[in-house]
Amino acid sequence: MHDDLTTRLAADLDEAFPDLVRLVQDGVYSGVLRMTGNPADAEDVTQEALVRAYRALRGYPPERIRALRPQGWIWTIAANLCRNRARARSRRPETALPAGIDAVEDRRAGTEEQAVGSLDRERLAGHLAALPWPMRAAVVLRHVVGLGYPEIAAALDRPTGTVKADVHRGLGRLRAAVESEERTA
Amino acid sequence: MSDRLTTELAGLSEGAPPAVLPAVLLRTGLADGYVRRRGPIGPVFVAFGDRGVSLVDLAGDPARFEAAARARLGRPVLPADPPPALAAAVDRAITSGRPGRLGLDLGRLSDFQTAVLHKAAEIPRGEVRSYGWVAAEIGRPGAVRAVGSALAGNPIPLIVPCHRVVRSDGTLGRYSLGGAANKPRLLEAEGVDVEGLRKLSRRGVRYLGSATTGIFCHPTCRHARRITDRHRVEFATVRDAESRGFRPCRDCRPHAA
Repeated sequence: MHDDLTTRLAADLDEAFPDLVRLVQDGVYSGVLRMTGNPADAEDVTQEALVRAYRALRGYPPERIRALRPQGWIWTIAANLCRNRARARSRRPETALPAGIDAVEDRRAGTEEQAVGSLDRERLAGHLAALPWPMRAAVVLRHVVGLGYPEIAAALDRPTGTVKADVHRGLGRLRAAVESEERTA
Repeated sequence: MSDRLTTELAGLSEGAPPAVLPAVLLRTGLADGYVRRRGPIGPVFVAFGDRGVSLVDLAGDPARFEAAARARLGRPVLPADPPPALAAAVDRAITSGRPGRLGLDLGRLSDFQTAVLHKAAEIPRGEVRSYGWVAAEIGRPGAVRAVGSALAGNPIPLIVPCHRVVRSDGTLGRYSLGGAANKPRLLEAEGVDVEGLRKLSRRGVRYLGSATTGIFCHPTCRHARRITDRHRVEFATVRDAESRGFRPCRDCRPHAA
């Protein structure tokens, strides 16, 4: 189904680009949110990544656009922006939020059941945010965004084997964090 | 365990906030923003993009404006706040009836239409010129009717003051922003004596000269308004004035029809 979109992008970028945004924006936002741990940063970075994607596509020949897989390709742009944002945040720790708990909970004010579910999610998001950068990025791209390993490797500009190992080790750390939490609960 | 963890990780996805798509379209120039502002004949919608203001229309139903704007610009318009500097420039331009430094996006218009609109934008507040004058000024003296059509299609009324272009017989002619009745309203609000202009035209007077300076002007030219009754000389044509030894004003530039 994306073949159709990339064909349309190659034929008339301006006409089809809004559909590209609609296709990838939820995945980009979800991934960026879990990499940066902050909804305001996530919205900002998502916008910036999509604007840069448009500028990049303007310079691509049609055959290169037709060959793209948009959901993975966008991360070759978005992942760098996330890493830069995370670095900037760590240099100015006073502005960093733990895991965006406030803003996300505000948006999900609902039933008791949802509130409990949301707390679990935020706890997991907090553990995720505590992982070091390349590991966090790899786990998020694999399991939150749902990319394949070759796409993750391209997005992070690291060998596929390294990315696989990062995901594996990242999951191990998350599991340990969740289990130790459950024992103390 | 691994299943549960990966399922929970997949559950950490979130829909993008609704502001993302419009913001991206605005920043890439694929859509224009629009905003409601105060205007001299009621509130207006002002559309703007990265090249400046692209449309002005009386504010009514937003959905209708969005549909009309999309058809006209060939791209969507979305409600959005302009940068503060642009908002201030838009308000100044609407109040004064001149673009000033405000960027105008006349993208899709022909060279002829663009020339007509830029010429109309030079007419000072409180003054009027004829369709024929605009045609002569842009070097197309035969294109009087085409000037009328170009002004009727002015996408940026009030800021490009097409209301200051009137018929040479002293009647005001058409006006596209909310109908012909708004033309005298706008002109009177700027201090144009619409009735006085009509009376002069009915007597066949098109130009006024000063016996002291030997210069003749359009009746609404700021120099003509300074001529005292005792020294005022009336002319029907440019040739009439020149044959009596008067020269045309360098500011309002009367042209032989």
